[in-house]
Amino acid sequence: MATATQTTITADSYGSAFMRGLKSFALLRESWVGMIGAAIILFWILVALLAPWLAPFEPNASIQPFARPGTVSAAGATFWLGTDHLGRDILSRIMWGTRTVLFYAPLATLVAYTVGILMGLAAGYRGGWIDDVLSRISDIILSFPVLVLYIIIIGVIGASGINIIIAITFASSPGIMRIVRGLVLDLRNRDYVAAAQTRGESDWRIMLVEILPNARGPLIVDACLRLGYVIITIGVLGFLGLGLPPPDPDWGGMVNETRHMAIAFPYMVLAPSFAISSLILGFNLLADGLREIAIRD
Amino acid sequence: MNTKNSQAPILECKDLCISYYTRAGEIPAVVDFSLTLFPGETVGIVGESGCGKSTVAMAIMQYMGANGGIKSGSITFKGQNMTHMSEEELRQIRGSEIAMIYQEPFASLNPSVKISTQLIEVPMAHEGISAKEAWQRALQVLKDVKLPDPERVMNAYPHQISGGQQQRVVIAMGLLSNPSLLLLDEPTTALDVTVEAGIVKLIADISKKYGTSQIYISHNLGLILETCDRVFVMYSGEVVEEGSIDSLFSRPRHPYTHGLFACIPLPTADKNAAPLRPIRGQLPLPHERPQGCYYGPRCDHFIAATCDGEHIMMAPVEGSAANHRVRCARWREIEHDRVIPEGIGEQPVAVGEYILEVDKLQKYYEVRDNSLKALLSGKRIRHIKANEELNFRARKGETVAIVGESGCGKSTFAKVLMGLETSTNGEIRHNGVEISEIAVRDRSNKQVSSLQMIFQNPFDTLNPSHTIGSQISRVISKFGGKTEKGKIREKVMNLLDIVKLPRDFYYRKPRQLSGGQKQRIGIARAFAGKPSMVIADEPVSALDVSVAAAVTELLMDIQREQKTTLLFISHDLSVVRYLSDRIVVMYLGQILERGSTEEIFSPPYHPYTEALLSAIPIADPKVTKREIVLEGNLPSVMNPPKGCPFCTRCPRHIGAICDNEVPPVQQVNGRHFIKCHISLDELAQVEEVIHVPSKAERQQTVHPTQ
Repeated sequence: MATATQTTITADSYGSAFMRGLKSFALLRESWVGMIGAAIILFWILVALLAPWLAPFEPNASIQPFARPGTVSAAGATFWLGTDHLGRDILSRIMWGTRTVLFYAPLATLVAYTVGILMGLAAGYRGGWIDDVLSRISDIILSFPVLVLYIIIIGVIGASGINIIIAITFASSPGIMRIVRGLVLDLRNRDYVAAAQTRGESDWRIMLVEILPNARGPLIVDACLRLGYVIITIGVLGFLGLGLPPPDPDWGGMVNETRHMAIAFPYMVLAPSFAISSLILGFNLLADGLREIAIRD
Repeated sequence: MNTKNSQAPILECKDLCISYYTRAGEIPAVVDFSLTLFPGETVGIVGESGCGKSTVAMAIMQYMGANGGIKSGSITFKGQNMTHMSEEELRQIRGSEIAMIYQEPFASLNPSVKISTQLIEVPMAHEGISAKEAWQRALQVLKDVKLPDPERVMNAYPHQISGGQQQRVVIAMGLLSNPSLLLLDEPTTALDVTVEAGIVKLIADISKKYGTSQIYISHNLGLILETCDRVFVMYSGEVVEEGSIDSLFSRPRHPYTHGLFACIPLPTADKNAAPLRPIRGQLPLPHERPQGCYYGPRCDHFIAATCDGEHIMMAPVEGSAANHRVRCARWREIEHDRVIPEGIGEQPVAVGEYILEVDKLQKYYEVRDNSLKALLSGKRIRHIKANEELNFRARKGETVAIVGESGCGKSTFAKVLMGLETSTNGEIRHNGVEISEIAVRDRSNKQVSSLQMIFQNPFDTLNPSHTIGSQISRVISKFGGKTEKGKIREKVMNLLDIVKLPRDFYYRKPRQLSGGQKQRIGIARAFAGKPSMVIADEPVSALDVSVAAAVTELLMDIQREQKTTLLFISHDLSVVRYLSDRIVVMYLGQILERGSTEEIFSPPYHPYTEALLSAIPIADPKVTKREIVLEGNLPSVMNPPKGCPFCTRCPRHIGAICDNEVPPVQQVNGRHFIKCHISLDELAQVEEVIHVPSKAERQQTVHPTQ
């Protein structure tokens, strides 16, 4: 039995939220898969941040069409990855394109998650007709092939950054809702939820404060994977011509614009494709690493 | 048992040391364990969680998992050293020579395979007999374990039979190949009390009938007393005391054994006369064990140079027959008689006005049956009668216990009371206000704060995502009306002091706390809003004996201090007897008997109360009990009997009237009521179930053995 000694409060061993965040990141170091993923993602984030200084050329400037990789421009700078049919430097466009991807993909994921989590919490916690309605809606959405859904939505509301976010939210929040609903169905029977109910807490407080934080483990892993899919989706939308309107650089769009020249000039297609794959790989590896740690604890 | 010593032992463990190897390094789970088991003997291993008792069983099976291993010592089974056997040789022995029975029967049986297939597999694999022969044998063993209708059980899937029947099947499976050694790892922990009593009796009979040697692992001293010949008490990986049941239970020599006995409520004790005395401190982690005696830091008899020097070895107790041995440097000096002090009683709490009145409360759940059959017969909606006509009252400062087995409706009642469900009929008046039909969200803040709850599962009661401080603060800011951060914090610190936890727990997350500590926080949270009534739903049933004693005492202290009414929901009559003033006995949603603790524990009894009392395991060999084992299973709440709910299992069944008519509630006196067809005069004739010898009788019987 612990004695009631008046222990002085030592807050430093627990520390601020920032320090605790660092600590959980330190946990990730135990998974080398996760570390590689994090390194790849960090690399692309740096590229996006430093694009104005790293990029050798203006991304939209037409300089010298069909330059092979390694060609030196008139001004003396090198086209490391060559130029496209309009004479724009591919390396610079990839660097600037990172900003597009790393802006829209997390934002779209975040919005999809917000919607999906709210739907899932309501369906799982309240149950009854709310669950029936939300579940049937999500069944209907999920029964469409995703690509068809995108083409219809973007076709109707037009291609723009915000519309990409709307389309992605519409298509992926039902999946998120299902995961959250499943987690909530389990968590809502815990005694601490009953304890909150017996002190008369509101439903929203129970859902957001008592239940949601305990569902975060699987959700973080899923979010990392989903971020990867969203990057693919943005790439695919760009490739289908439904992405961000030109001329701003967009990886998927770069592949689309040059695909009919792929046989003669494979580097125009390969470089942006590689960029897309590596970023997705990064997020998938990070998700694996997080899952590994989650299992271990 | 002594007569058997001439035979060769079945099993001999000698100086066994078992370790687990983890990323944190080697963890010595069991140290210096020696055991000799003779044919037909039953040995009990008792100890709290983490003491290594299950590891011993696993080691005997040579089934330690990838990271466990026997570091030194030997296990000899029928003359063969098991530590040197190959996997194939072990496979031959497991199941045929040594069988093991686990805690949870539903986890031991494969849910997708018929019981017959699972049973006949055993002799077919080990003895190569034909399926037909194996079937016959399986049927015979099922009869031996007293399963009613064994043919039906053979053709059933595990989910089609009850938990008690499942455990009987598992025991039958263990016995099928006629093993020489049966290992039972807490075989009744997951079962209801009256079912447990049946299984315990069965286990005690097995060794007589089959001559099987058994090792019975349990945390419950009372069950050990009922089943075993010899007992080993383990603490922190080592045996601290061993001896025959009689010698160890009547003259324990190790301070830890004394401590364990002081932690369990005995039928002689109640909370005011003899409070439980929990063992202080905590079980040391395997890598933090102290020098010398592992129990040293928690022991009242600790002396610096003697107890923390070299590792202490087992020493025989002179003057005791039956091979009593103890691992204590000071056992000769300790005055064992004075270890249990008497007369440090507490004043009983003065009870006040009625604070809770339950009047004809009814709670039905509707179940919609969508099957075609139900559709055709028009019986789409069926009712589960979770609570049927509950009547009782509780006064301020009183402790009222609701006792019953699973499915009796005690938790449903708690839900209605808390407002998580609303009643179908009837009234609950709390402080004079009707609340049974008001859901918790519609109750006033004052009503909500005056009714709080303590939950059963310590691992579930606190939200793992928030710190202890924030969880208690929330209750205070919701109920206390305080908004200033500093004041709330001060209040939380006060509460931490009250539940005897260090103040820096404020910053901890629940996962950094042990089960007992979590339960203390649960208590702090329940009392934070100064409730007038607290409902405790089996608050200590998931805790170890010594921890449970501490938590129980804490709960009693706070209740005494704040004069709170406590509604204590439990299936454990020994705890209930200890702490409650009044008892309500429930069965299938109905109250069969209610009255003061004294009245419940002495005749006249309701026949069900009688059976419950008989099922209490009592860790005192001088106390005698009348044995009543209930036949059959708890009927389904979907389809309860028409007359008396208990008529299907009642040993005092008097005829058709029991089956067809709801029995009358008969008033014995004052607030003691029995719901039974048998007349009170007849019930009053019944002999008492538990006979506790008087002090004079006790003295007489103890001393001659000395």
